[in-house]
Amino acid sequence: MTKKSKKRSETTPRESFIKIVSKMGRAIASRVSFAGNLAVFSLSTLFWLVVKGPRRETLTRSFFNIGVLSLPVVMLTGTFIGMVLAVQAFPQFKVIGMETRIGAAINLSLVKELGPVLAATMLAGRVGSSIAAELGTMRVTEQIDALSSMGVNPVHYLVTPRFLACLILIPGLTLFADLMGVIGGMFFSIHLLGVDWSYYWEYSRHAVGMFDIFAGMFKSVFFGGAIALICCHQGFRCGAGAEGVGKAATSSFVLSFVAILFLDLLLDVFLEQFHTLVLGGVNKSVV
Amino acid sequence: MTEQKRDELRTDEAVPPSIEGSVFVGPDGVKKVLRRRPPLLEIESLNVIFGENQVLRDITLKIRRGETVAIIGESGCGKTVLLKTMIGLVAPTTGRVFFKGQDLSELSDKKLTEARSHYGFVFQMAALFDSMTIEENVSFPLRQHHKEMSKRAIKERVEYLLEEVGLNPRVVSAKTPSEISGGMRKRVGFARALAMDPEIMLYDEPTTGLDPIMSDVVNELMINARDRHHVAGVLVTHDMKSAVKVANRLIMLYPHALLDSDEPQMIFDGTADEIWRCSDKRVSQFIRGEAGERIRDMSMED
Repeated sequence: MTKKSKKRSETTPRESFIKIVSKMGRAIASRVSFAGNLAVFSLSTLFWLVVKGPRRETLTRSFFNIGVLSLPVVMLTGTFIGMVLAVQAFPQFKVIGMETRIGAAINLSLVKELGPVLAATMLAGRVGSSIAAELGTMRVTEQIDALSSMGVNPVHYLVTPRFLACLILIPGLTLFADLMGVIGGMFFSIHLLGVDWSYYWEYSRHAVGMFDIFAGMFKSVFFGGAIALICCHQGFRCGAGAEGVGKAATSSFVLSFVAILFLDLLLDVFLEQFHTLVLGGVNKSVV
Repeated sequence: MTEQKRDELRTDEAVPPSIEGSVFVGPDGVKKVLRRRPPLLEIESLNVIFGENQVLRDITLKIRRGETVAIIGESGCGKTVLLKTMIGLVAPTTGRVFFKGQDLSELSDKKLTEARSHYGFVFQMAALFDSMTIEENVSFPLRQHHKEMSKRAIKERVEYLLEEVGLNPRVVSAKTPSEISGGMRKRVGFARALAMDPEIMLYDEPTTGLDPIMSDVVNELMINARDRHHVAGVLVTHDMKSAVKVANRLIMLYPHALLDSDEPQMIFDGTADEIWRCSDKRVSQFIRGEAGERIRDMSMED
């Protein structure tokens, strides 16, 4: 038996317990520290946004990268979501003889839930990872330090334009995803599945109200803000070398996705309560 | 009495504390006050700890106007951290860093930004912005801090700076950092650091990865910055030839602390010949680049 394994076997239960507790403590402390760090980073971003606002040159570039370049992929995603919904829902509705109401199901789930969540997920992958990788590379190659050394605040220069672009453009992109989803679902249902178009639109009009469209947009504003802050933060905290940049890009997507799901649940509960208690609305039935 | 007149009488270390504040009337009939000017940069009992790792231990150091100080030491001994602490990029765990008498850790964001505009920092890998052209890189600090400057004035200044570092503005201006060589990138980084007319330049291994001729070009740029632009400099390097050629003083970090805390910055203060005769065994071993006992110890540990 080697010295090391002998030592391991001599560890008392009390020592093992202390080790486990200390490991757990360290893990909790690290997560709390991460959350605190992200909160400070977010507050600093909001501070700079209010105090100075981003420069036009950086804002234009961010709007182009986040908005214009994401448009095709978001529209494609929306179109396919609409068509897949039609494919999946049609047989179920046909069984109960209500295939004419398929439009209501497709459009309501699109504008309220799937459009905002899937568009945000798509953008967390396309925009978020790219932000984290870009800022991470800047951290590794000391470009962020160079900004500071020249008396330029990196949060103001790099984060505020990206944050503002995500906050404004992700709801806009979600609207495009919704629109394309509606068109894709309609095309598939009417032209390929043979649903009568007048019923399709009439039931859709009944089921989808202005508040549903607003709810989708409202959620996507939070998704946009969360994606920008998480991904910029991951880029700023990037570890050394290519491995560090890779990890930052991956973790930015994973954390953004978790944040999107968590915010979705939280905002859904809030919006339902708001709709019922404040606006006195009644949830419309699809069937 | 204008502040400028008073400034004429400020001196670095020459004024003994006993006569500081003395008032006398100059030949022009104007009352003048003799004041002792603080060193350009002063580090006091600096400690930097990352997690459980003490990177710098009890560093005390002064950088005076017009001098270039080289900091040498083993890889990982904290030279770059020391350099970044001097500009406030790394916060001291304990201890203080003064720039022209102001404690950097006590400055507001706005004042720290203002203080940093008096620094120039040449990074190891130049740290040029990939998304910008060379012209945009060099003009970046001017565009950020001198909004009153016209586009034409900025362009002229950029051309002057590029010529100053031996680059042809017409050839390199429109290129991006990825389209030029490593040596050219270093020189562009140098031009960018000089753009704001700094009072102190911090050089982080500026000759690393360059061929001997290009290294000497960079050495000449550092000497030029000191002699022509009267800029103080702190040079972190492993290149002893560069250190000897450029620096007035040499400091060694060993391990994580200055080698001699009683007389911290006086390991070398003279001609190039003296450095090779340095009596401290650890310094001379490092300067000569001899493996010595360290390697034998490590092989025995294996």
